[in-house]
Amino acid sequence: MRKTTKNNLITFGGTLILCVVLGILMQAGKLNSMTTGLMVTIGIYIIASTSLNLTVGVLGELSLGHAGFMCIGAFSSATVSTLMINGGAPNWLSFAVAIIFGAIMAAILGFLIGIPVMRLRGDYLAIVTLGFGEILKSLFNNIYITSDKNGLHFGFTNPPKNIDASTKLEILRGPKGTSAPDLTNFWVVAAVLLICLIILMTFIDSKSGRACMAVRDNYIAAQSVGINVTKFRLMAFTLSAAIAGAAGALYMHSLANMLPKKFDYNLSILILVYVVLGGLGSLRGSIIATIVLYAIPELLRGINQNIVNYRMLIYAIILICLMLWKNAPVFINMREKIKAKCKKSKTADLTSGGAEA
Amino acid sequence: MSELEKNTPEVQGENTAVEQKAAETSEKSSAPMLEVRELSIQFGGLRAVDGLNLKIKKHQLYGLIGPNGAGKTTVFNMLTGVYKPTSGAIFLDGVNITGKSPVEINKSGIARTFQNIRLFKEMSVLDNVKVGMQNSTKYTTIEGILRLPRYFKEEKLMTERAIELLKVFELDGEKDALSANLPYGKQRKLEIARALATNPKLLLLDEPAAGMNPNETEELMNTIRFVRDKFDMTILLIEHDMKLVSGICEELTVLNFGQELAQGETSAVLNDPKVITAYLGD
Repeated sequence: MRKTTKNNLITFGGTLILCVVLGILMQAGKLNSMTTGLMVTIGIYIIASTSLNLTVGVLGELSLGHAGFMCIGAFSSATVSTLMINGGAPNWLSFAVAIIFGAIMAAILGFLIGIPVMRLRGDYLAIVTLGFGEILKSLFNNIYITSDKNGLHFGFTNPPKNIDASTKLEILRGPKGTSAPDLTNFWVVAAVLLICLIILMTFIDSKSGRACMAVRDNYIAAQSVGINVTKFRLMAFTLSAAIAGAAGALYMHSLANMLPKKFDYNLSILILVYVVLGGLGSLRGSIIATIVLYAIPELLRGINQNIVNYRMLIYAIILICLMLWKNAPVFINMREKIKAKCKKSKTADLTSGGAEA
Repeated sequence: MSELEKNTPEVQGENTAVEQKAAETSEKSSAPMLEVRELSIQFGGLRAVDGLNLKIKKHQLYGLIGPNGAGKTTVFNMLTGVYKPTSGAIFLDGVNITGKSPVEINKSGIARTFQNIRLFKEMSVLDNVKVGMQNSTKYTTIEGILRLPRYFKEEKLMTERAIELLKVFELDGEKDALSANLPYGKQRKLEIARALATNPKLLLLDEPAAGMNPNETEELMNTIRFVRDKFDMTILLIEHDMKLVSGICEELTVLNFGQELAQGETSAVLNDPKVITAYLGD
């Protein structure tokens, strides 16, 4: 079996088993509500970080506006699900349509934003994505959508006027946030996560993924072998945005009231930290890093009151240590030595075993 | 001009079988595979290449030599579309390709290697070659994501072809290694393999022997000859190693300060007093 296929199967299988085990524990009532809530949020963050890994790891471009795409997914899906449920559609259908709609909207905006952004590279691209992320957030901070018997009313910076009070339904309320129906549960998150993982893995392990990696590794050489650089960069960026949109949709439906300012710069950086510390280009790394790094501050919260005050400090120290462990030459040498030792003892075992046989 | 050139009958034959192609070309053997007319490029006040003329016949091994800074790599960059020439025209197999983008030029049949090796370092040796076959695979991204039968069929074919190519360069043993981990000589070979994977008509090699010891150079000369014969390839190469140049090139063009200094049969050119002066000084 090919190495990539094997790796993908391990990652996918591991995630699947984890989801099933946690799901069964949850159904059996062994987990408290806090842990269940944590699982949902971590699942959403994993979807976001693996999708960002497509841009940062596979495409090799630092995107600082990933939260912006989650923002589009969140608010557009909330509009759809609220309207559908209000119109009498069943919850599951509304939610499925809402997630897909969120992903599509994020993909469309990802594509449109990608056209100018993908002309840039490196630092410039990072700065521009940062800008677009903030613009998207501010946009939803100012959009009001209200429905009544006459249809939809839109407002920008001010709520729409002349609304029939008896059938009034506020959907997006600008900076006051949006209350979407609480539909996200662990099973939905697990299902979306697994689907997104499959899409990412199959995309990366196809000619399109190879083209993206070729562009990442050497722009000029990629052109010289006939790769349409812009096309593949745009494709990966759009796919990454679409999956982030789905994550945003799930996020929106997991909280009682979602404020647009939740999708700010900090969220983008938080996800980026998961991707970078998990390893660029490694989906498995992103998954593990998200679980570990999200759980640490939450677990610290649970220990005792003294620690709670310092938990972000401890979190920061852990991040710095992890960064050093990954990148400082001293630790890299140390890791390699340990690896070599393990290998040696393994081969020694094999040869001695062979001699005995 | 370009319209006329595009409509010449020589354009056809991209999808025809190799034998047919060979038969066609024997008829028009007088027509050059690559023709460069009065090619010039100006960077600000500097005329890096000035009025270069080249004619390379099919199946020829042609050398482009000259002292450092003569403009050799600039010529390659113009031939492959990295730079747009200020004036002049380039014809590949009768088709005007002047000013096209690198991607279009590669699709029309020119592949190259680089002076400073440019491999896809974080990808495996096999994947490097498969990237070169990108444009000859037809399955779409959606088919790839959904893993439809065409994906498996074409990926399998691609892998087989890539391994065949790697065997030619004795790289099939390292097909799963990261290309950055290959020794220098093998990296150069992999670059040639990747260029050949795009099915070119003309192969441009930019200093293939740079940094090689005499034994490796000897081996490389054999490889280049072998590639030319096995793939029925036309090769244009830049080289400083005179042993390699005199050993395999049939014709040479010598550039000096962007201008053509001498052109013709290898032995005649290398004994030209002007060329010797350019290299060694007065």
